[in-house]
Amino acid sequence: MLQLSETQAAPVFMTANPYQPHMARIVRIYRMVEDNYVFTLRFLDDQLASAFSYRPGQFMMLSVPGAGEAPISISSSPSRPGILELCVRRVGRVTNALYRLPNNSVVGLRGPYGNGFPVETMTGNDLLIVAGGLGMAPLRSLMWYALDNRDDFRNVTLMYGVKSPAQMLFREELASLVGRDDMQCLLTVDSDPTGTWKHHIALLPKLFDYATITPATTYAAVCGPPVVYKFVLQRLLELGFSKDRILMSLERRMKCGVGKCNHCSVGYKLTCLHGPIFTYWDAINLPEMI
Amino acid sequence: MKVLRLPKERLDLFASVLQQFGEVHAPVEQNGKYAFRALSRWSDARLDYPRTILPPKKYFVPPKDTLFQYKEGLGYVPADLAADRRIILFGLHSCDIYGLNILDQVFSGKYDDPYYQARRKNVAIIGVDCIPDEHCFCHSMRADFVDKGFDLFFQDLGDRYLVMVGTALGDDMVLATGSLFEPVTPEDLAEYKQRSSAKRKAFKLHVEIRDLPEIFELEYDSSLWKQVGDRCLSCGACSMVCPTCYCFDVADDVDLGARSGSRSRTWDSCLFSTHAMVAGGENFREGRASRVKFRYYHKQRGFVAEYGRPSCVGCGRCISACPVNIDISQVISQLRGIENATA
Repeated sequence: MLQLSETQAAPVFMTANPYQPHMARIVRIYRMVEDNYVFTLRFLDDQLASAFSYRPGQFMMLSVPGAGEAPISISSSPSRPGILELCVRRVGRVTNALYRLPNNSVVGLRGPYGNGFPVETMTGNDLLIVAGGLGMAPLRSLMWYALDNRDDFRNVTLMYGVKSPAQMLFREELASLVGRDDMQCLLTVDSDPTGTWKHHIALLPKLFDYATITPATTYAAVCGPPVVYKFVLQRLLELGFSKDRILMSLERRMKCGVGKCNHCSVGYKLTCLHGPIFTYWDAINLPEMI
Repeated sequence: MKVLRLPKERLDLFASVLQQFGEVHAPVEQNGKYAFRALSRWSDARLDYPRTILPPKKYFVPPKDTLFQYKEGLGYVPADLAADRRIILFGLHSCDIYGLNILDQVFSGKYDDPYYQARRKNVAIIGVDCIPDEHCFCHSMRADFVDKGFDLFFQDLGDRYLVMVGTALGDDMVLATGSLFEPVTPEDLAEYKQRSSAKRKAFKLHVEIRDLPEIFELEYDSSLWKQVGDRCLSCGACSMVCPTCYCFDVADDVDLGARSGSRSRTWDSCLFSTHAMVAGGENFREGRASRVKFRYYHKQRGFVAEYGRPSCVGCGRCISACPVNIDISQVISQLRGIENATA
């Protein structure tokens, strides 16, 4: 059975104080969709900036001075070091304050936290990434990790669905992957009021009709709103996926990120330490998980 | 373990020697209840108290704990921990020492908590034994005796104490008194065993914890949780008085001018309505019943999975603090389907 890594050593660049934020500069703000920007950050300390590494699926605690701290998943890939890309929805006190900051502002970062995707275990398998809505934010890290380490994986498939073209995260970047011969990139919208959408117009689960999936040798990584979990998980089970080959990234309230404050507790697991990546089997066995 | 005896009339002398090791704190009476306080004189100490309002966790995880000062250009500067004074905490019951041993596990591990650890190093622990009252069930939680987590432990033998020396610091305290402490006699040991056995029989409240994790799994959808949730006021009193409740919230305060400020953590409770609410408003435990259930589930089920034992130590504070008389021992009895129990 798949065991997600729960006991990794603390990162080497962590200070003795796990709550210590390290200052980082916002080097670029990219307006993705309404209330969803990508912030590119670089640690002020050059040594830290180049030594910093993480796993796809891990998250950071982001501090906006005076506003507080919030957990944000990493959208960039560790295969592209030096900078961190955080896709941030403007939704709470910290993220609202972040949106008000001028260009080149300095914020605090600590991490990376959480288990991340078990990429070593997934190596040698097919990879199916299924994202709905904002679920692409953490899964983009895994996608670029797989493409940058293409020999580690067999077939790589991305299925991504949003309500309308304007709501698609990383739209241009993902559109440029359609037609690549080393992966299958399937993009869909529920409807297209603009009339300019060149890809699929259908609900996300419909994309399974366009891909050939071999469940026994595939790891599926799923992230999205509850409705996505409901229908995508059902589809994966129909295809014959084992429940520990389905990996999900979960969101919870977090105040510490290091397993102390207990806000992210689900059942007897802590999302920050034992997650945020859980197998579907974990999810079934932990109450209140989805 | 080094074991000694101290005639009771010499306790005052010992207390005066203790002052050279730090500020002595002990339970003092406060409007008919008891609280750990700095002593202005030793005679204020009440070593025969039933339980304090707040557990000793307040010394290690203060209700409000400043973690960082923020200054523009300097970033987050950690609060100075070395400035904390040395304290001798006199009079902890075994359940409270056990509670601290449990907090030790939470605040260490992969991510050591430097704020907690610094205070733990600065506070010496002297335990005293006790007689259970109607809310005590520490024997059920295997917390009625401790073998670690104290520098000294005083067992009452009537006109003398049997004193267990737990650490080198405890030994230093003993040695600093000269010849105040004496070697134990066979009569002391016999008396201790007799009293220890009598204490075991004095408990009025019993909670069976064997197979409790399984019962919790099986009764996850029990209607009992709704009944308890309907009564619960979500006041969080049980969390505040619990020796092993450690949930905290973190918030930033901004100074005037907004160029500097501080980051602090404060006690929180999983019974508060926003405990599991994420930005955007989604709340994973919206109903009171689900929050009450979570608290029980975490203490009696989740902690067993993570640390090998429940985090409850049976001190009885949640029973005496609940304004609507929710009683953990009765909730567990009802969950087990034992008759004549009313939650």
